[in-house]
Amino acid sequence: MPRIVFLLLWSVLIALLLALPHGLSLSQQEVLVFLTINVLLVSSYRLLTLTGEWSLGHVVIMGVGAYGSALYTRHFGIPVPISMLLGAATAAVLALLLSYPLFRMKGLYFLIGSFAASEIVRLLWKRMREPFGGAKGLSRIEPMPDFDIGIWQFDFFEPVSYYYFSLAVVGVCLWIMWRIEHSPVGLTFHAVHWQDKLAESAGVNARAYRTLAFVLASAFAGLSGALLAHYVGTVNPSSFDVEVMVFVLTWAIVGGTSTLYGPILGCVVLTVLNEIVLRNLGFEQARPLIYGLVLIVSVLFLPKGLESLVQKLLERRRTAIALQPEKA
Amino acid sequence: MMTGPFLEMDQLIMRFGGLTAVQGLSFKVEHGTIHGLIGPNGAGKTTTFNMVSGFYRPSAGEVRLRGEVISGLNMYEVARRGVIRTFQHSTLFAEMTVMENALIGTHIAFRPNLFAAITGSDRPDRRKARMRAEEALDFFGLLHLADVRAGDLAHGHERALGMAIAMTGQPDVLLLDEPFTGMNPEETGRMMELVRKLRDNKITILLVEHDMQAIMGLCDRITCMSFGKFLAEGKPEEIRTNPAVIEAYLGGGFHAA
Repeated sequence: MPRIVFLLLWSVLIALLLALPHGLSLSQQEVLVFLTINVLLVSSYRLLTLTGEWSLGHVVIMGVGAYGSALYTRHFGIPVPISMLLGAATAAVLALLLSYPLFRMKGLYFLIGSFAASEIVRLLWKRMREPFGGAKGLSRIEPMPDFDIGIWQFDFFEPVSYYYFSLAVVGVCLWIMWRIEHSPVGLTFHAVHWQDKLAESAGVNARAYRTLAFVLASAFAGLSGALLAHYVGTVNPSSFDVEVMVFVLTWAIVGGTSTLYGPILGCVVLTVLNEIVLRNLGFEQARPLIYGLVLIVSVLFLPKGLESLVQKLLERRRTAIALQPEKA
Repeated sequence: MMTGPFLEMDQLIMRFGGLTAVQGLSFKVEHGTIHGLIGPNGAGKTTTFNMVSGFYRPSAGEVRLRGEVISGLNMYEVARRGVIRTFQHSTLFAEMTVMENALIGTHIAFRPNLFAAITGSDRPDRRKARMRAEEALDFFGLLHLADVRAGDLAHGHERALGMAIAMTGQPDVLLLDEPFTGMNPEETGRMMELVRKLRDNKITILLVEHDMQAIMGLCDRITCMSFGKFLAEGKPEEIRTNPAVIEAYLGGGFHAA
């Protein structure tokens, strides 16, 4: 693709994303903020799956970022955007510690192990009134401070402002993930996934790479949790329970995990389905039921996810372009 | 100059539960030679191979490279010390392209760095890694297939790619596990030529193989084992005529009859 067309497409996309909230109602703008945060969550989950391991603890790791960031602002008076980074770092450090017991396991065992480990963390929040606030969690979390650059003023109590802020953060994170995947590091992740023994015979420390993917994914998940905490203003143990994890899994599976945009596609399509279609029809209580159906249908009829439709479309375009000079 | 043996197996023992697969095996491999390891089925060749490459940790005994103990290290640590193995079957990164497979082989020389990867400052390294991968693919006649999915390759090409991945790591010792299995005579002949070329480039080769014609035609020295023990060692013609070796392959009953 010529560079100009490429840049043009990106500027159109960015303009659309910037214009998007202005056509929506207030409650839809709120949903848009959650959607943006969830895009980061599900993309970070895909980073973990690059090495072939699937975890059930990712949402709790997100919660670690949320609790961490909230507590750092409360007890140490750290200003909000910086506390978010510290929350992400806390999630990464916890992941590093958990990786020692967890990466003695692979596949299904790792899946169950990650669930057990994350439940321990979640129950700690529930049991310890200090500092985690027990079952009620933390409330009145420090909001993002207002922000003033010349002509633009951001009042982060407004969903539109917070949407722009999260859009910028998520955009940078996605760019970093894309860079990682399309580098020798990303190639090594794939190698560890497909043939860890062969990778080791080529000098790759497979366990170190699994740990690296887990830690990076956890850092991004922690950041998404911190973004959520300072927007909603409250966190509690049940906002990070396994039901939410099942939503993340559904997004990833329905969207597909072999491309960066697959899980994003899954997250966006299912959120739109949920918020626009189900809410308007008054079915939102049935969300788990409908998600379950969508999951079954997509595994049966679209096993490679929504991304496979896009890939087919791109493929067709590419062959069409390749055939053109022959006609001329 | 080098003193002492280059690669030395010293009293290697491998037990699996009650079974002792290898019992006190010792032999030496000289620098810059092709050394064959043969023996009837179940003699413990592959087990020995796995101990040298770090795939297994020996129950007792040592493997030494230039006097340094390498047994008991992880496979990736053994590889980083210059001893790289290939696998028996077509073990490849099937979902990745031929080029990407070869690029993984460059991991030792161009260790990926996360921050350089994000900022893009590793570009010179990436270019050099690609050049080295191209060189290895060219050597094994795979360069024209660089963009093909490894899982779609023909069998002979699969085996060659396995060796190309090992070669991009620029090993001092190459461990070949049955490199000629499933190849037709023409492919075997071509592959033997390439293995000789590798030796002429000062790469020491230890190989396990069932194809006797290939072994006899290729090896400078051969170690024969039977029932997990050392049986005989010598030049190909010595091994071919060694009565103990013949007995091990054809069975003692042959003489009794």
